[in-house]
Amino acid sequence: MIEIQKVRKSFGPLEVLKGIDLTVAKGEVLTVIGGSGSGKSTLLTCINGLEPIDSGKILVDGVEVHAKSTNLNKLRQKIGIVFQQWNAFPHLTVLENVMLAPRKVLGRSKAEAEAEAEKQLKHVGLGEKLSVYPNRLSGGQQQRMAIARALAMGPEYMLFDEVTSALDPMLVGEVLDTLRMLASEGMTMICVTHEMKFAREVSDRVAFFHQGIMAEIAPPEELFGAPKTPELQKFLAATH
Amino acid sequence: MFNYSFRWNQAFQSLPDMLAGALVTLEVAVLSMILGIFFAILLTAFRLSGNPVLKGITTVWVEVARNTPALFQIYMAFFGLAGLGILITGWTQPNLGFAVDLRLSPYIALLGGITFNNAGYLHENFRGALKAIPETQTRSARSLGMSAPQSFVYVVMPQMLRISFLPMTNQFVWAILMTSLGAVISMNSDLFGVTNNLVKINFRTFEMFAIAAVIFYVMTKVITLSARLIAARLFRY
Repeated sequence: MIEIQKVRKSFGPLEVLKGIDLTVAKGEVLTVIGGSGSGKSTLLTCINGLEPIDSGKILVDGVEVHAKSTNLNKLRQKIGIVFQQWNAFPHLTVLENVMLAPRKVLGRSKAEAEAEAEKQLKHVGLGEKLSVYPNRLSGGQQQRMAIARALAMGPEYMLFDEVTSALDPMLVGEVLDTLRMLASEGMTMICVTHEMKFAREVSDRVAFFHQGIMAEIAPPEELFGAPKTPELQKFLAATH
Repeated sequence: MFNYSFRWNQAFQSLPDMLAGALVTLEVAVLSMILGIFFAILLTAFRLSGNPVLKGITTVWVEVARNTPALFQIYMAFFGLAGLGILITGWTQPNLGFAVDLRLSPYIALLGGITFNNAGYLHENFRGALKAIPETQTRSARSLGMSAPQSFVYVVMPQMLRISFLPMTNQFVWAILMTSLGAVISMNSDLFGVTNNLVKINFRTFEMFAIAAVIFYVMTKVITLSARLIAARLFRY
């Protein structure tokens, strides 16, 4: 379970999170929508401790992420994150990209890591691309590789930060299919996205962020069907 | 006006000795590059560590290495350290005994001086290369649970070395040419030292130095060309 309590965060004079309260249960798929600069991506990077917070608390399975005593390297093993920019490691082949962290962080043997990496890459449909370098892959393939790389660590939670925003429209579908597959397998996921159709389809709940505040959160039918706040009504009108 | 008679034959008789000298030159240059890369990586890690003392070491090293003559650096290694009373080795002049010998051997001093210079310049190469690697690479590595040193060693450093590979050959060439500075600290086994000594015997000044220059040229050219070939083979991404 991920518990976010009264989290505030500023970049200089700009407050991007103004007291967020949110709980995500095991097995839940939460999508976060909202305009640019509404704080949704920042929240994700706070959850796995890549960004510090100013006040409040984030607990992952009861462990406080920003406590001094928390071993973040250990905690991050159970929280996978995939970014808008997929950040393939260009000097490693697709297989090696996925094997690296399991080998160095989890201490897996070469054979074990290879078997796991192969399994994950096949899972996201890259079974044919094991020994090529990332620059030979399309954006969508690189993004799926990044997903496999995160999954190879055996995470219990997956955070997706606008994973389709940097892709051309032809490639968005294949990445969303991968996310749908993960959701149907019961992975706990928080997806920040601009794909409304996708959000409506896969989410258990959808949260709408507006200027650092979580303005609304509800199951998709309710949120998209009967938006309460004028901000969300405006946002949905603009995206249709 | 121009009554120098060329005697190439006489000069060419020294060729085997000079080639042996060229090997020593190459050896010093190669060792100075291996050590230089090692220290440059260390200096880079120091700079990135955030520790003010370690950062200070990097700053002083790099500033001195890049802003003083290489000759001065080699001189310091040979005479300067001895002047300070730093006793590092006892085997350069064995018959004088351990206690009185305060100097590094010319070979070690030359190697040390060039290594110092290399490390300073290579650190700057690395710094430039690091700027070309997006910060998000580290972020990705950290998000997979890697520690900061692990991210550096397994993700950033290989890319850094790859980007600075060709600039590094530039420093390698420079290291080869710098070995000639050994002349001022009585180094006489390298290409320049051997040539210089033989000239004092056979007086074929022009011919001998011309041959030495050609050998230098061939060595550096072979290095730059093979570096390009190696790069094309090695970096397929």
